[in-house]
Amino acid sequence: MRRHHPLFWPLATLVALLAVNAVFNPGFLHLQWRDGHLYGALIDILNRAAPLAIVALGMTLVIATRGIDISVGAILAIAAATAAWMVGGDLVIQDGVQTHVSRFPLPVAIIGALVIGSICGLWNGVLVAHIGMQPIVATLVLMVAGRGIAQLLTGGQIITIYFAPYFYLGNGFLLGLPFAMFVALGVWVLMHLAMTRTALGLFIQAIGINPESARTAGLPQRAITLCVYVVCGVTAAIAGLLVSSNVKSADGNNAGMLLELDAILAVTLGGTLLTGGRFSLAGSVIGALIIQTLTTTIYSIGVPPEINLVVKAVVVFLVMLLQSADFRAWLASAVRRPTVRGAE
Amino acid sequence: MSGAPRWMPDPRAIPTLGALAVFVLMAAAGGMAFKGFFSQQVFLNLLIDNAFLLVVAVGMTFVILSGGIDLSVGAVVALASMVVAFLVQQLGWSLSAAFAAALCVGIAFGVVQGWLIARFNLQPFVVTLAGMFLARGSCYLISIDSIAISDEAFSEWAQMRVALGGENAPSVSIAALVAVAVLIVAMWVARATSFGRTIYAMGGSPASAVLMGLPVFAATVGVYTLSGLLSALGGVLLTFYMLSGYGLHAVGLELDAIAAVVIGGTLLSGGAGYVIGTLFGVLILGLIQTAISFEGSLSSWWTRITVGVLLLVSCLLQRLLQNTRR
Repeated sequence: MRRHHPLFWPLATLVALLAVNAVFNPGFLHLQWRDGHLYGALIDILNRAAPLAIVALGMTLVIATRGIDISVGAILAIAAATAAWMVGGDLVIQDGVQTHVSRFPLPVAIIGALVIGSICGLWNGVLVAHIGMQPIVATLVLMVAGRGIAQLLTGGQIITIYFAPYFYLGNGFLLGLPFAMFVALGVWVLMHLAMTRTALGLFIQAIGINPESARTAGLPQRAITLCVYVVCGVTAAIAGLLVSSNVKSADGNNAGMLLELDAILAVTLGGTLLTGGRFSLAGSVIGALIIQTLTTTIYSIGVPPEINLVVKAVVVFLVMLLQSADFRAWLASAVRRPTVRGAE
Repeated sequence: MSGAPRWMPDPRAIPTLGALAVFVLMAAAGGMAFKGFFSQQVFLNLLIDNAFLLVVAVGMTFVILSGGIDLSVGAVVALASMVVAFLVQQLGWSLSAAFAAALCVGIAFGVVQGWLIARFNLQPFVVTLAGMFLARGSCYLISIDSIAISDEAFSEWAQMRVALGGENAPSVSIAALVAVAVLIVAMWVARATSFGRTIYAMGGSPASAVLMGLPVFAATVGVYTLSGLLSALGGVLLTFYMLSGYGLHAVGLELDAIAAVVIGGTLLSGGAGYVIGTLFGVLILGLIQTAISFEGSLSSWWTRITVGVLLLVSCLLQRLLQNTRR
């Protein structure tokens, strides 16, 4: 039935957006080597899209099992608060220079945040896989309570991070490219290998297509469902590290606000259906890039930023309709019989 | 309704009765812990402060009963407040015309969302998510800043209190009366109209509802239209409460509304629950906030954590009942 490669439409959307940018802003595609880093709008998009892409990757697996995780924004805030607290510490005067000493070594702080993220994911996974709650309800609990927990960790304040080495995660450059990009790439490659080199990808798809028959076929359905929520929690924690490092602070109340919606949107834009089953990691990464490019486009072509949300809404409506088989059938019949106008 | 012995409550009513019990227990505990907590005015204030939430949550109850979800309610509330503020303050419309316009906007949102969901078999989650973006974005199209309403008649209405009884008797705002009226009508609609019964049937099993020949298409459009209308009404009530319209009003209200509905005992997968339960849910949310403000030393984020815990308990209880019924 399908005439195009599954990634055709997401890629076409991305290319179209980039083309619009290139037309309105001739310097858009221009890359520049300065101070040992590569600069340019494209690099900027890649850098800013990294946290969203990482969360979208985790979300893809959850959605592939017919689930959904609306607590990723809250998990991001909790992980960011944890990391900020762990690298926070006292201002010490060493050799006459003010230095910030971290409470824990940096690797411990990073691992700490990831562990917290995986615990949050485990919590969601247990509620879904073992208690049998609907995914949206199960993760709603953490979504509501999670921000409270994050604020508890930060004491209701925005924690400013002074520990300089931590800034590398979200602001540093490796080989002239933003470090965050490599993190996203690493997560993607790791997941891709796990999905294609092991049977895991097949199992996840089987669960998404029909959980009951997957279980009767002898798949460890509960364990796998549990795992995808843990992975999703960890990806949210990684994004939390990148975001808090980028803005040098952790805000329990606002960090990762609406991230769950953007991540779900990225997954949907990438061609993964919310009904589970067939999924595409690459599609979700492209989806995240589309969202970021859209934001950048809106800023760069001089559209007032307040229209950003309206444009986003229109794009979601269009993509959603194009994904619907009923809509395509309706459209096809409308095109074939143009005389029947307004027929519903 | 129930075939069980008369002394046994309908198993579907247990979560709602549980919510009532939680409310009574919390109120009793609060009354024992804090001086002045157990007064009529404190409880009427629950209704006054949460009137808009109650109206929105009643709409959400119908959506959830039908097996759907509406994430756009908070944004529609903000949009309605913005429309009222803009029309009254900057275009000089009369209050009633501005209210009517706001309600029409809400209805339009609901009709379009419901139609998309019903006609193209789209997921309510995504459709209403896009609707949420659209409504919030539309707020900013009207104005990025908050619009304060200085109309005298408007603030007069907003501050008007209706005394229940004689002098010095506790009083309620008009918004609270509107909310109670909405609740009563909604209870009647859910129990006694074919629209209400269709919604329960749809939520229980959409396929059977279609096979029974129920107007599922119309009911789906209707339920989102109702939610849009009630969200806009909630927005008008919020405008009375805030005396301004702002794109950042009611951020995250959809979560509070969903939480109130679920804590009130309505099954999130649809088909079972009571509109009255939503009242208990809203009152419980309000009571948590009141208790925390009476306590004084607890920080506001404990509200969210407590709500999360209650949500969890409510869901676990429902889950348990589902398992025992099987």
